[in-house]
Amino acid sequence: MTSRPNGEPLVRLSGVNKWFGELHVLQDIDLEIARGEVVVVIGPSGSGKSTLCRTINRLESIEKGEIAIDGELLPEEGKQLARLRSDVGMVFQSFNLFAHKTILENVTLGPIKVRGTSKADAEKRARELLERVGVSAQADKYPAQLSGGQQQRVAIARALAMDPKVMLFDEPTSALDPEMINEVLEVMIGLARDGMTMIVVTHEMGFARRAANRVVFMDGGRIVESADPETFFNHPSSARAKDFLSKILDH
Amino acid sequence: MQFLIDNFALFRDAFLTTLSLSLLAGVLALVLGTLLAALRVSPVAPLRGLATFYVETFRNTPLTVVFFFMIFGLPQIDFVIGFFPGAVLSVGLYTAAFVAEAVRSGINAVSAGQAEASRAIGLTFGQTLREVVLPQAFRTVVPPLGNVWIAMIKNTSIAAGFSVSELSSLLPRLVNANAGDLLTVLLGVVVGYMLITLPSAYVVHRLERRVAILR
Repeated sequence: MTSRPNGEPLVRLSGVNKWFGELHVLQDIDLEIARGEVVVVIGPSGSGKSTLCRTINRLESIEKGEIAIDGELLPEEGKQLARLRSDVGMVFQSFNLFAHKTILENVTLGPIKVRGTSKADAEKRARELLERVGVSAQADKYPAQLSGGQQQRVAIARALAMDPKVMLFDEPTSALDPEMINEVLEVMIGLARDGMTMIVVTHEMGFARRAANRVVFMDGGRIVESADPETFFNHPSSARAKDFLSKILDH
Repeated sequence: MQFLIDNFALFRDAFLTTLSLSLLAGVLALVLGTLLAALRVSPVAPLRGLATFYVETFRNTPLTVVFFFMIFGLPQIDFVIGFFPGAVLSVGLYTAAFVAEAVRSGINAVSAGQAEASRAIGLTFGQTLREVVLPQAFRTVVPPLGNVWIAMIKNTSIAAGFSVSELSSLLPRLVNANAGDLLTVLLGVVVGYMLITLPSAYVVHRLERRVAILR
């Protein structure tokens, strides 16, 4: 489907290590993600995949190693970090829409406050994005009035409104009712087709097969295997991945 | 009744003094208290320390002692402040500590995901607080802030001991000369406080229902 990406890596992690107290949650992670590439990160719970995703915009700090986005190292804190984060879209498992703002305001807040876009321009763009994810009719409602699937699609629109260089998805469908999962995945597949660089932590193997350029399998805080979906699902090389796949794919 | 009518001007002036003392101290407490709460959740450790020091100092000092310091202590270091401004400062600075704790509890009640989502779209710490966290925090702290406000109104009575002619100062002043009208004076004073506190409770209740949000 999407053409193989090339050129300088857009996201580069090298020698990344993180501890939660005694727990060594990320161990010597090296990962490069090319422009336009869609990487799906899978693994058992507790394998560090969500933490990995959250380190890329520094919602989690790291103790050792380097993370660079578009050639620029992640700053420690402050305004530079905020600026860099604005180029990295993030979609959370629990949506995290701003509860006190309407759907439209959720999408325009970033562009207005961070990019300095005028209210009129931000709203015009927000309505286009809401249209694209299929929730334009809900623009004036509050998040709690929407279904989970709708909320998550708004969250994607909110991230897209910043024109991010890369999008992070941290288990975007794990909190959804089964019948709402597909509406979110369809939006994500559309994004992948349009060439968005994406890092997706998910348990949705169907999405990995259809949209991913590469599957990264994590276990115990390490990247155990990294391969194209075809190879990974049909001929996993590590015993751990074989075991994991046998448990989730059989039924 | 005749006694109240005869002394109406006195009651009115005392009432207005209590009212303006409450309003000025209330605004000071709300602004400073919110700022202190923001400092207490700031990522900068010295700012957190400073705010914690402030809150613990004022929360654990009797208000009368704060008044004493303002009115008699400050002149010792050549900083003379009038009785009324001293009362506003004392009540306002003291109450700010309680406002800070109420607002902080509200900030803690806002789910961490809200702040994470704000940071993820590139808002700075200050913008995250202003745009996302505080507006939601205030909704949950309306009832406790209402308590702080009503307690503060009653606390303004300490000013009576420091030459401010507010409502409670009428008690010794009128009763000394008219012992027979003790109950009438008490009634007048209590009604004066209630004229402020009861509408406040009503406003707080209305506000609570208006800002209630769906989660």
